[in-house]
Amino acid sequence: MAILVNRDTRVLVQGITGREGNFHTKAMLDYGTKVVAGVTPGKGGSEVHGLPVYDLVSEAVSDNSINTSIIFVPPRNAADSLYEAVDAGIKLVVVITEGIPLHEELKAIEYARSKEVIVIGPNCPGIISPSLSKVGIMPAMVFKQGSVAVISRSGTLTYEVAYHISTKGPGISTALGIGGDPIIGLTFKDVLQMLQKDDQTKGVALIGEIGGSMEEEAAAFIGRGEFNKPVVAYIAGRTAPPEKKMGHAGAIVSMGSGSAQDKILAFKGAGVPVAETPMDVAALLKEKV
Amino acid sequence: MRLYEYEGKIMFRAAGIDIPSFMMIKGEEEIGKIIPGVSFPAVLKAQVLTGGRGKSGGVKVVKDQAEALATARQLMGLRIKGETVDSLMVSEYIDITREMYLSITVDRSKRSYLILASPTGGIDIESLVKDNPEKVSRIYINPGEIMADYAKRKVAKALMLSGNEASLLFDLLNRMFNDVMQKYQADLVEINPLALTKDGRLIAVDSKVTIDDNVQPFIIGQLERLLGRNPSENADERFKYVQLDGNIGVIGNGAGLTMATMDLLKSLGGSPADFLDIGGGADKEVVNEAFKRILERDDIKTIFVNILGGITRCDEVAGGLIAALSAVKDVKLVVRLSGTNEEEGRKMLKDAGIATYGDMLEAARAAVSLTRES
Repeated sequence: MAILVNRDTRVLVQGITGREGNFHTKAMLDYGTKVVAGVTPGKGGSEVHGLPVYDLVSEAVSDNSINTSIIFVPPRNAADSLYEAVDAGIKLVVVITEGIPLHEELKAIEYARSKEVIVIGPNCPGIISPSLSKVGIMPAMVFKQGSVAVISRSGTLTYEVAYHISTKGPGISTALGIGGDPIIGLTFKDVLQMLQKDDQTKGVALIGEIGGSMEEEAAAFIGRGEFNKPVVAYIAGRTAPPEKKMGHAGAIVSMGSGSAQDKILAFKGAGVPVAETPMDVAALLKEKV
Repeated sequence: MRLYEYEGKIMFRAAGIDIPSFMMIKGEEEIGKIIPGVSFPAVLKAQVLTGGRGKSGGVKVVKDQAEALATARQLMGLRIKGETVDSLMVSEYIDITREMYLSITVDRSKRSYLILASPTGGIDIESLVKDNPEKVSRIYINPGEIMADYAKRKVAKALMLSGNEASLLFDLLNRMFNDVMQKYQADLVEINPLALTKDGRLIAVDSKVTIDDNVQPFIIGQLERLLGRNPSENADERFKYVQLDGNIGVIGNGAGLTMATMDLLKSLGGSPADFLDIGGGADKEVVNEAFKRILERDDIKTIFVNILGGITRCDEVAGGLIAALSAVKDVKLVVRLSGTNEEEGRKMLKDAGIATYGDMLEAARAAVSLTRES
């Protein structure tokens, strides 16, 4: 049945009149996603691709049945849009916007989580359950329905891996880009918890990259036996030079995690095979699923 | 955006944080300014953005004016980890009883502000962190909440401060958190060392402040008024570039894919010369600029362009490639193009005499073998 988005997903587009919002609303409609309305402050009463546009999320929500929002609003106003979606009672929000100020992002995501709202992103390609619903900006042609979930911090790398799983492997149940920002709503571990309960998903491709400790946390979760479907990992950035920006504080916070080597060791320690290249992920999964 | 020590201290001073008095010498011609008004001994500190300055000889104590002038001439123009010193701080010498470490940053995986505190600090913090990371205390502050008194008491305990010294610390923490970190949207405010003096003062002897790259424009305006420069000036390049030491120039879209491209070249026996991410939705202009940036170096043998278009349109990329072609003389070009509008993009390149690949692995193999032949 896939996770988070399916045939019952009814989408609001925040920032629908902007260049990206407009373009991807069309692409989502073409895919068959039930996009029902849009919001742009000051543009209420107009239409985009035949959909009604409102000034406020609360107006859109009272006129239409909506359970999911996707935000294309520019970085300056994106945190405000997230607050607005949360306060209007929407329970799943996908934030595509890249470049939201860190302190605003931190507070807005914490607020959403305190209201039990699931936030995907920010700075992510969104989520797709192939043949059911696409709430995001990914090129749909590389995602074919099947039994493997793809979770990734990187957009284009998701497409690369998904292409191989779709053409040479078991296909995809749900693919989700969790986002490339320092502060994001859903972590790898959060998504694994959801996938554990999903019947359609028989295996997982986990695409990580250097920095932070989310991959290590996911590896520990798997290592404790809390996730028992086959997982194959890939980590980008083996050849990247170490990041020195954050002074001593960065070194202390990231102690013992963050490098490609740290992450690869963590996964291998948890019994998770780590692919050498993005192309190998599909082949490794094929053996197990 | 990283700030220089003196800029962090200007910020500290504006926030009411106790710092040593200082004057700045900007450029060779200002060295003569170290005259009246400065009491000796004093400390000369090279202003660079990289860490490890003390260990590279960038900080010197001078006992009189003659030594100050001679040392200043030595330090000016010094290279510290690739950075040339062009300004010096002449700082009041502080008689220190104990050096501590104190910083506030953001812990991304805990989605929280984080205070790091250690009762010993200074240039030895690095080895402390390496050998005994548990000796650095971590105190979390929930975003959206105030810094509670109990959290400050935890920090005081971690720094082994009590009584009047603890009161001074509480005041310092408020100012660091509210009047520096929040006000200027810093992602790091670090004081190392934080000095305890004989007369019971707490002084920020050094400062390291970095500002979030994505701050709202009004913050940039405030910074510009306070510091007299716009610290984001170098940050508005339209692509991300990191130089590496190989000979295959890499251009990709998306950080993950670009890093994966570097890794793949390396595993096939090639050697990437850079990380260059044109990001999502790049137009012709960006692609053209990216080529120019890579070709600034004369040791590049091949350029490998790896594009998997989502928001990025392959025909836009192809247009940029064709525009950049005249600059590519003795350099070989390998292009992988797939995704949005790939047919159009490939046809444009074919017409311009450039072969393209649809598969990343095949393209990477070609890039490595072409580089070997040349």
